[in-house]
Amino acid sequence: MADAPQIPDEAETRARWGAFAWTKENAEKAKAIIARYPTGRQRSAVMPLLDLAQRQVGAETETQGWLPVPVIEFVAAELDMPFMRAYEVATFYTMYNLAPVGRYHVQVCGTTPCLLRGSDDVMAACKNRGMTKGKTTPDGLFTLTEVECMGTCANAPMVQINDDNYEDLDYDSMVRILDDLAAGKQPKTGPQNPKRHTSEPEGGPTTLKEMVKANHDYRKEW
Amino acid sequence: MSLADKDRIFTNLYGFQPWNLKSAQARGDWDKTKDLMSRGQDAIIEEIKASGLRGRGGAGFPTGLKWSFMPKEPRADRPSFLVINADESEPGSCKDREIIRHDPHKLIEGALIAGYAMRARAAYIYIRGEFIREAETLFAAVQEAYDAGLLGKNAAKSGYDFDVFVHRGAGAYICGEETAMIESLEGKKGQPRLKPPFPAGAGLYGCPTTVNNVESIAVVPTILRRGAVWFSSFGRENNKGTKLFQISGHVERPCVVEEEMGITFRELIEKHCGGIRGGWDNLLAVIPGGSSVPLVPAAEIMDAPMDFDGLKALGSGLGTAAAIVMDKSTDVVQAISRISYFYKHESCGQCTPCREGTGWMWRVMERLRTGDADISEIDTLYDVTKQVEGHTICALGDAAAWPIQGLIRHFRPEIERRIRENGGALEAAE
Repeated sequence: MADAPQIPDEAETRARWGAFAWTKENAEKAKAIIARYPTGRQRSAVMPLLDLAQRQVGAETETQGWLPVPVIEFVAAELDMPFMRAYEVATFYTMYNLAPVGRYHVQVCGTTPCLLRGSDDVMAACKNRGMTKGKTTPDGLFTLTEVECMGTCANAPMVQINDDNYEDLDYDSMVRILDDLAAGKQPKTGPQNPKRHTSEPEGGPTTLKEMVKANHDYRKEW
Repeated sequence: MSLADKDRIFTNLYGFQPWNLKSAQARGDWDKTKDLMSRGQDAIIEEIKASGLRGRGGAGFPTGLKWSFMPKEPRADRPSFLVINADESEPGSCKDREIIRHDPHKLIEGALIAGYAMRARAAYIYIRGEFIREAETLFAAVQEAYDAGLLGKNAAKSGYDFDVFVHRGAGAYICGEETAMIESLEGKKGQPRLKPPFPAGAGLYGCPTTVNNVESIAVVPTILRRGAVWFSSFGRENNKGTKLFQISGHVERPCVVEEEMGITFRELIEKHCGGIRGGWDNLLAVIPGGSSVPLVPAAEIMDAPMDFDGLKALGSGLGTAAAIVMDKSTDVVQAISRISYFYKHESCGQCTPCREGTGWMWRVMERLRTGDADISEIDTLYDVTKQVEGHTICALGDAAAWPIQGLIRHFRPEIERRIRENGGALEAAE
């Protein structure tokens, strides 16, 4: 497939990541994760552990993180499962990066609800900054990916950058967000439309208005 | 006829107030949960049956009936499980996210009660991987419930032991299919299983399992508190209750809102979304239930009731009640083609008709979009969708086929126009 990730050279990754092991903190987290599943079913923990490993790689490389083969081998060994079964999982799910990504993984949603609300403008803002789909910018700052529906359709169009969503975007707000990130500032997350709090209609809710000001208990009216 | 705020279940839908346990309790969650449970397992199932609640994940299967398929006396070596489907990935849908990040305790309390009613040992909430902040909230809310003694041993002092675990997905739409979700929970690729055996017989780890949508579970405590009669007083026969509607696309103000089932499309849009962009005359078509259901042209949808049977009568479906609205500025072929691309991207690759068909259908859709096709290819495409539909293990093949069928059914002249304007290959040959 043309858009398949370019898996980096094996000898190089092995030299860099062959000795991968949990940090002390993540070893604790891994233990707690495995405990969520019945005894003997530790393989269920492969997805959360791959995520944890990717985050640890990310912390070490100051990026969103990715999964070098030796790291997947490490996770498989932790769970006493064949490497191929873990590799299968890593390649099946899109959130595992099989190749290095930049500091910020800019994931623009392009599915129909976002498309209808102007995701092309959001994409244009990225492209005008020198980003190319599936590639990392030369400065290592941004990796651009077009992703499928992210489940925030009432706040379309949207982008997810690393762990945060930015919603109700247009060209200008996307430019601003990318500028802020490049300058090392944390932009406001969530809806960028100042007239919206979350997913209520712009300008204020049409229902449950009491809730805006106070934690109203409707039981008294039952 | 209008749903009053006091009859809305998700009162903190927009997150104006904190999600935490204390605030949730002040809104009425976790209020005498023990008493609700002490009614007994069969009585709870009967009440849910009587309420007319149909699954909110898209298929609309009666929730109480589903629970009743679970074994009445689970064997010690084969405990039963409740799996809660929070893998909300259907384009257009964005309701479970609001429940999880703003009202997670409704879901957790519902998990305990539903789990108890079906005699399950534990619940796994499978939340889609991209809901990162939402999962953080959910993990924290579950921890709060444990700390308050509402989960775990003797949950909520009911004498019943019940655990709730959160499992994060990692970006695969197909895991919203119940058996794929079970595979994924077991640490495998999310590829659907053949049925039978059905999950209620052999599901997670080979044990009896029920998979329910987030909304179906989260409404349960309120239904029990207020009674089946209250819940079934909303909506039409066979389509009872309230529902979270999600409106995206070309309306003035897109939003998520809880309304009565069967509200007409016009009322829903006028009341909560400020109308169609450019007025009702500017409406082209609506995909009323998330990307998997066929679109409905403007004239047919305007005054249609938004419920399972009302939309089925229009050859479409309620799905997750995610309405994607398209005005006349929309390139409708592109809109559907983008959905075809979505299914191509999300096909798990297990069944040949879907793996090969979704890519093929998308490529033809792209040519129809630009008009670079032969008129006869419209029929060929329709024919292929019919060959994919119903010939795969899960419904993803059907979901990929239906939007295209809907497009051809309602917008064939538009497709033909493009081909002609592009100097249609057929005419050139003649």
